[in-house]
Amino acid sequence: MSLLEVKDLQVRVEEREILHGLSLTVNPGEVHAIMGPNGSGKSTLSHVIAGKPGYEVTGGQILFRGEDLLEMEPNERAAQGVFLAFQYPVEIPGVTTWNFLHAALNAQRKARGEDEISSPAFLKKVREVARSLNIPQDMLKRGVNVGFSGGEKKRNEILQMALFEPAVCILDEMDSGLDIDALRIAADGVNALRSPERAMVVITHYQRLLNYIVPDFVHVMSKGRVVKSGGKELALELEESGYAQFEDAA
Amino acid sequence: MNVVAKTETGRALGDAFAVVRDRLPGEGKIADQRRQAFEAYERSGLPHRRIEDWKYTDLRALMREVLPLAASPDDAALSRARAVVQARAIEGVRRLVLVDGAFAPDLSDWQDLEKGLSINPLRLALEAGDEIVATQALASDVANPMIALNGAMATDGVVIDVAHGTVLTQPLHIVHVASGTAPASTFTRSLLRLGRDAGVTLVESYLAADGAKAYQTHDGLVVAIGDNSRLDHVRLVEDSVDAFNISSATVSLGAHAHFNTFGLTSGGHVSRYQLTVTCAGEGSTVETNGVNLINGKQHADTTLFMDHAVPHCASREVFRAVVDDRAHSVFQGRIIVRPDAQKTDAKMMTRALLLSDDAEADNKPELEIFADDVTCGHGATTGALDESLLFYMRARGLPEKEAQALLIQAFVGEAIETIASDELREVAIAAAQRWLQARA
Repeated sequence: MSLLEVKDLQVRVEEREILHGLSLTVNPGEVHAIMGPNGSGKSTLSHVIAGKPGYEVTGGQILFRGEDLLEMEPNERAAQGVFLAFQYPVEIPGVTTWNFLHAALNAQRKARGEDEISSPAFLKKVREVARSLNIPQDMLKRGVNVGFSGGEKKRNEILQMALFEPAVCILDEMDSGLDIDALRIAADGVNALRSPERAMVVITHYQRLLNYIVPDFVHVMSKGRVVKSGGKELALELEESGYAQFEDAA
Repeated sequence: MNVVAKTETGRALGDAFAVVRDRLPGEGKIADQRRQAFEAYERSGLPHRRIEDWKYTDLRALMREVLPLAASPDDAALSRARAVVQARAIEGVRRLVLVDGAFAPDLSDWQDLEKGLSINPLRLALEAGDEIVATQALASDVANPMIALNGAMATDGVVIDVAHGTVLTQPLHIVHVASGTAPASTFTRSLLRLGRDAGVTLVESYLAADGAKAYQTHDGLVVAIGDNSRLDHVRLVEDSVDAFNISSATVSLGAHAHFNTFGLTSGGHVSRYQLTVTCAGEGSTVETNGVNLINGKQHADTTLFMDHAVPHCASREVFRAVVDDRAHSVFQGRIIVRPDAQKTDAKMMTRALLLSDDAEADNKPELEIFADDVTCGHGATTGALDESLLFYMRARGLPEKEAQALLIQAFVGEAIETIASDELREVAIAAAQRWLQARA
C-alpha cells in the first residue's frame, strides 16, 4: 500500500477551481519534488493535505495508508504522521516554543494511545534535536517564532519535523526567503531526516533547493494538474527551459 | 418627596432596609450614618441604563428580585463552607473567612498575629461603637448608589490594621463563601489600613459552597495605603454561575506608595466590580489589571475610576476579556487627571477576545485631563482568535480546544504577567486554568 495517494483531486476556493484532477502517489522512503510556476496550485495541494480550512474538495480523494485523509481533523492527520512545514510559519506571542512543542507532542501521543512524555524526558529530547540543527537553547524559551529570522523560522519547522517523527513531510516552499547559508543548514536538517520509512514532498518554485535535497521524482504542476513527471533530471531541464512550455501543455 | 421611579426591586430594597435596620450592628452615630447612606442610595434608586456609568449594566433589568438578608450560618452551612475553603486553600496564607456575610472565627486564622498586625471582625467594631472604623469603612463614596447601599446594609467584614514599618511576610486571604441553601443576600464591608513604610499582600476570593445557588453578594473594600507603603492585591470572583456579585474597592495612596492589583472574574451570573483608586500622595504608582473569563449567559462588569489628584504619579491598566457563548463583558476605565496633577503618567490598554458570534464586549476607556504637562494614553481592541494561528497549532497535533486554550492563556497572560508577586501570579494562573479546564 502506498503511504500517500492523491487521486484525481479537485479543489475549489471561493467558487474558483484551483486543482482540476491532480494525482500523486508517494511510497515510503521516496522524495518527491513538486515544481511549478506561481499560481499552479502547489501550495493549495499542501494546504489540502494538511487540512487547512477554506478549501472545498469537490472531487477525488486523498488516502493516507489507505485511509481517507479528508475525513480527519488537521490534528488527527498530524497524529497519524502527516507533517506540513509551512511556507510562512506563524508567530504565536505568549506561547513559548518549548511549551507549544511539549503540548503538541503529547497531544499526538495521546491521539495514538501512547503515554505522555514527561517534562524532563521532553527537555532532553528537544535539546538533542535543537543541538543537531544548530538551534540555540534560548530560542525554545521565546514565543513560537516571535522575533525569529526567516532562517530561524524554517529551522524551527525542521526541529518540529525531527521531534514529531512524521511518516510524510510536506515542505512548502522551504527555500523562500532564505539566503544560501540558511538554505544549506535547513536542507542538511531535512536530509538528516530522510529514511527508508519516511517520505518527503518538496514543493518549490526553483530548482536551487533540489541541489541540496535531491529528489527521486520530480513532478511539474501547471494550472492545477501534474503535467509532467520524471526523475531528478527533469528539474535540471526546467532550469534550462523554464515553465513556459508546460503552461502551454496545460 | 421621592420622585425617582422605582422598580419592584428598588422598592423591595427599601423595605428590606426598613425591616433590618434595627438589627444592623452599631447605634447612635453609626445608625445615623447608615440611614444617610440609605437615603443617598434612595435618591437614585437601583441604577439603570440611562445612568451613563451603568449603561451596560442595567440593574433594574438584571436584578429581578431582592433576596432576604442571609441568616447567620448554622453548623451545616459552616461545614459546607469549610469544605470549599479547604478545596481552594492557598498555601502559606493567613485566611480570614466570611460565611454568608458573617465573619467565621473558627474557619479563620486570626490568632497569633505578627507584630504590627491587627484583625477584627467589623461587626464587633461597630457594636463596640468604633466611630472611626464606621466612618472609614461605611462612608466611602455614597455618591455611587450601590456603594451607598452596601454602606447602609453592611453587617460584617474584617478590619485589618498594619502598623507603620510592618511588612507582612505572610499574605492575607479574605474568603467570601456563600453557603446557605436558601437564596439570600449578604452585605459586607472590609477595611484595610496600612501605616507608613508597610507592606501587605492580599488575596480576596468569592466562592460558593456545595448547594449555594442564586445568592447575591454585596461587598466593599476600603483601603488606605500610607506613605511609602505597598499593597499587592489579587481578587478572584469564582461565584456560582447563577449568583450576583456587586462589589467595590476604594483605595487611596499616600506619597510614594504603590498599589498592584489584579482582578479575575470567571464566576457569577451578574457581577460588577467598581474600583476607585486615588493617588492622593505625590510619587505614588498604581497598576490595576484584570481579566474576565466568561461564558454561558454571564455578565461581568469591571468599572475602574483612576483619580490622579496630585503630581508625579503613574498608573497602568491592562485589561483582558475572553467572552464565549452569549456572555457579556464590560470594561469601563476612566482616568481623571486633576488640574494640579502635573507630570502624571497614565496609560490604559484593554483588549477583548470574542469566542462566539453572540458574545459581547463593551470597552469604554475615558480620559479626562485637566493638567497640561502629562503623558496619557489609552487603547481598546476587540477581535476573535486568529484562524491562521489556530490552523498552525492544529497542524502540529493540538485539538482545537487545546489550541484555543493556549492562545487564550497567552492573551490573558499579558495581564497576569503584570502581577508583581510570584505567589499571587501563581494564584491567578491557577484560577485561569480552572476556567480553561472547565471549558475543555
